[in-house]
Amino acid sequence: MKAGTGSGRSSKIRWTWFDFVNSALLVCLMVVTLYPFVNMAAVSLNQAVDTTLGSNFIWPRAFTLYNYEVILKDSIIYHAFVISVLRTLLGTVTSVFCTAMLAYTLSRPEFMLRGTISLLFVFTMYFSGGLIPVYMLIKSMGLTNSFWVYIIPGLVGAFNLIVMRSFIEGLPESLVESAKIDGTNDFGIFVRIILPLCMPAIATVSLFVAVGQWNSWFDTFLYNSSNLKLSTLQYELLKKLQSANMSIGSSATSAFLNNQNAEANQVTPTSMRAAITMLATLPILFVYPFLQKYFVKGMTLGGVKE
Amino acid sequence: MELKVHRTSAKAGASRTAVLWKRIKQQKLLLLMSVPFVGYVIVFNYMPLWGWLMAFQNYKLGSNIMNNEWVGLSHFRELFEDEMFIQVLRNTLAMSVINLVFGFVSSITLALMLNEVRKLLFKRFVQTISYLPHFISWVVAANLIMTVFSLDGVVNALLLQLNIIKEPILLLSEPKAFWWMIGISNVWKEVGWNAIIYLAAMSMINPSLYEAAEIDGAGRFRKMWSITLPSMVPLIAILLIMNIGRLLDAGFEQQYLLMNTMVVDYAETIDIYVLKYGINLSRYSFATAAGIFKSVICIILLVSANQLAKRMGHSRLF
Repeated sequence: MKAGTGSGRSSKIRWTWFDFVNSALLVCLMVVTLYPFVNMAAVSLNQAVDTTLGSNFIWPRAFTLYNYEVILKDSIIYHAFVISVLRTLLGTVTSVFCTAMLAYTLSRPEFMLRGTISLLFVFTMYFSGGLIPVYMLIKSMGLTNSFWVYIIPGLVGAFNLIVMRSFIEGLPESLVESAKIDGTNDFGIFVRIILPLCMPAIATVSLFVAVGQWNSWFDTFLYNSSNLKLSTLQYELLKKLQSANMSIGSSATSAFLNNQNAEANQVTPTSMRAAITMLATLPILFVYPFLQKYFVKGMTLGGVKE
Repeated sequence: MELKVHRTSAKAGASRTAVLWKRIKQQKLLLLMSVPFVGYVIVFNYMPLWGWLMAFQNYKLGSNIMNNEWVGLSHFRELFEDEMFIQVLRNTLAMSVINLVFGFVSSITLALMLNEVRKLLFKRFVQTISYLPHFISWVVAANLIMTVFSLDGVVNALLLQLNIIKEPILLLSEPKAFWWMIGISNVWKEVGWNAIIYLAAMSMINPSLYEAAEIDGAGRFRKMWSITLPSMVPLIAILLIMNIGRLLDAGFEQQYLLMNTMVVDYAETIDIYVLKYGINLSRYSFATAAGIFKSVICIILLVSANQLAKRMGHSRLF
């Protein structure tokens, strides 16, 4: 990635109109990308009543943490948050371990099922049984109305498997061979030698899986929507979004506020929605910038070796 | 004589099984570490294909799939006679073509622009920001997009300020605008992410090509047009193939989350149709038929695009 300045190298000093326009356009892009987030953050930190006067601002006009206080005291939201954290942690650990283990076996040139298993997984990238048959299968296995439906069906994905396998195949073969001579078995080699060396690939796949788990709402909607105890943060946010969507155009917020007077201690659907949105976004914001180096490499690896 | 031959072949067979057994024993651990996942992928990815049989039956919930009444292709016939399905098909194709064109143009443009940035720190910073929307869920994204395009949102405020409109409009409730709104939303969410792969390819271009062009007096646009872009053709070809295979995959989440009753006729895709009939109305067989239609078309498109690329002499997928 670092040699990307191909055409500019020899004329490093001159700052032309081309550079100026290019940079200006990129700054515009950043503003367009960021504005919705910054605006949402500001709304979530602004007093709800004040927000009803107009919500196009990037800095809270009347600062408060009350919106966050309300959503975190809301037992449904809080519980959904806990379930989201749990599924992300457990789902990521199990998925990454299983993917790495399978990828290791597929990277062994002597392994007899190497080709067959690779093919079985690669095919899944190009077709799917479709929504209804999968739904029926999950139902018949008794996975509906259970936490495990968040973990098991997505355990090993073909793309992550390819990323991991490509990385392991790039490690020097002599490592495995010398360990074999020392009498270490394949599982030992995987746990003690391959896993520690795979950290860049593990970081990439962990990020993909964790983000997928954290962001997922469709499985909750499809399999667990009748059980509030298994609801996730994204699904609760979806419900708030849909009720807001119903009243699109009408001024639902002002009706909500009619009989209240203590201005600081009020919430509106808009301010609550903003706070939940931020709660669902912040963990991602804290994680992905630090893994950038890894996932850029992983993306290229998976994309090229397919 | 015959006996001898028989015996040797039996011997060879026996030794072959012996060799196989020996290999199995040697690779016992590798097998233990991988075979459970063969079971896993067969159950979760291949077993649902068995459920395709439902499309040729009148499936009732809870019944055994072999004991249902067979109805042949009647569900498929009903599907193609359904005006709603034709409409849904139109929406799916329209939105995926828009997504395809917008997606390719925007991410290649962004990659070209980033490739021309000379300050590495600035480039990294722009990239980091541009990945952000990719990592958030469509639920969060839909929330942000609806806020931005709401009546008192920033887009309306800007359009009013610039005197382009006289009074605020709800762009997300305009049936004719919905396809384009989905296209724009997709670009906003994925442009930075999709540029990664092009940037990586650009960094592999041999710098001596640029140097030679500079000696010949080529400017920066000229170098972009005559060196950077042509070097990307194989990559663009392979990504195009992959995307043509997904032409009936216009997405599900974004439409489902951003649509409202005003724009239903333009917003519903095949996936939403399947969900509506299959889950909400419990017409499992009919919805499965619609799903099969989609899967089969996908495979046909993918294989033909692949063949086409082969004939054109480009790299291909399989």
